[in-house]
Amino acid sequence: MSLPSSRPTLTLQGCLLGARMLVPVLPGLVVYSLAFGAASANRGLTLAEATAMSAIVYAGAAQMVSLELWQSTWTAASLLTVALVTATVNARFALMGASIQPWLRGGPPVRSALGLFFLVDASWILATRYREEGGRDLGVLFGSGMLSWVVWVSGTIPGYLAGSLVAEPRRFALDLVMPVFFAAMAVPLWRGLRASALPWAVAGLVGLAVQALVPGYLFIVAGALAGAFTGALVRDRG
Amino acid sequence: MTAGDLGGYGPALAILAMAAATYLCRVSGVVLMSRVRLTPAVQRALAALPGSIVAATVLPIAARSGPDAIAGIVAGVLTMALVRNEVLALAAGLGVAAGIRLLLPI
Repeated sequence: MSLPSSRPTLTLQGCLLGARMLVPVLPGLVVYSLAFGAASANRGLTLAEATAMSAIVYAGAAQMVSLELWQSTWTAASLLTVALVTATVNARFALMGASIQPWLRGGPPVRSALGLFFLVDASWILATRYREEGGRDLGVLFGSGMLSWVVWVSGTIPGYLAGSLVAEPRRFALDLVMPVFFAAMAVPLWRGLRASALPWAVAGLVGLAVQALVPGYLFIVAGALAGAFTGALVRDRG
Repeated sequence: MTAGDLGGYGPALAILAMAAATYLCRVSGVVLMSRVRLTPAVQRALAALPGSIVAATVLPIAARSGPDAIAGIVAGVLTMALVRNEVLALAAGLGVAAGIRLLLPI
C-alpha cells in the first residue's frame, strides 16, 4: 500500500492518459448509453429528462433500475423509494471511494469533490490498476471518468431518438464488457495467496450467497466488505 | 390530482433525488475514510478492497448470466494473466462469449 504521500498531482497529461486508457470499453459504453436512451423513451420520459438523468445521475445500472420504478404521478413516497433504490445500486461507489481515499489525501477538497462526481466503475478500475503500478496522477481517475461521462450523455440522445434501430448488443457480447473488463483488470491487482486469494474468495462467496438470499444489489457491498475485513485479518508477512 | 401528487415537477424531482443519492454514494466513502487513521489493519483492508469489489461484483453476475458469461470472463482473466494486455483480454472474453452464443443459441 501507499505511504502517506505528498500532495496528489493532477495534470492534463494524466487526464489524457486516463481518456486513452478508457478506449477499450468505449464500444460497450456506447451501446449501453444507446440502450438507456431507448429504454427511457419506452418508459415515457421526455428527451430532456433522459438526458438530464444521464448528465447529473451518471450511473448506468441505477438509471436502468429507476426506469422500472418510473411513475406517471409522483409522490414524496415514490421519490424516496427511487432515491433509496438508487443508493443501494450505487453503494459500491462508496467502497470504491474508500479504496482511493488515501490517494486523494492532501489534495484540495473542492477538487476532490468535483472529480468524484465522475467516479464510475471503469474509471475506478483503470485508476486502481494505474496506482497499483506506481502511478500517482489523479488525472487518470478524473480524465477517464470525464470521457466516459461525455460518451454516456451523448449516447443517450440518439438512443432515445432511434432506440429500435440499435443492433442487438448481445450478439457481440457487448452486454458483458463491464464484467469481463472488471475481472481482467483485477489480474494485475493479484498479490499472492495470502494477500489476495483468501479475501477475494470470501468476497466472491459472500456475494454469491447474498445474491441468492437478498433481492437487489446488496451483494456487491456485502461481499466486498467481507473481503476487505478478511484482508485486514490476514497478515502479509508474519 | 390526488393528495400528495407532485404534478409536473415529479420527474424533475425524481431525477434530482437520484442525483443526490448517487453523489452521496460517490463522496461518502472518501469522507468516511478521511476520518480513519491508516493503521496497518486498515491498510490491509484497503489493499484487499479493490479485488474484493471485483470478486463480489463479477462472480454473482457470472453465476446468474450462464455459461457464455462464465466462459467469457474466464477467457478474459486467462488472457490478461498471460499477456497483461486489457485490450486483448477484453477481445478474447467477448469473442469467446459471442462465439458460444453463436454456436449454442440460448
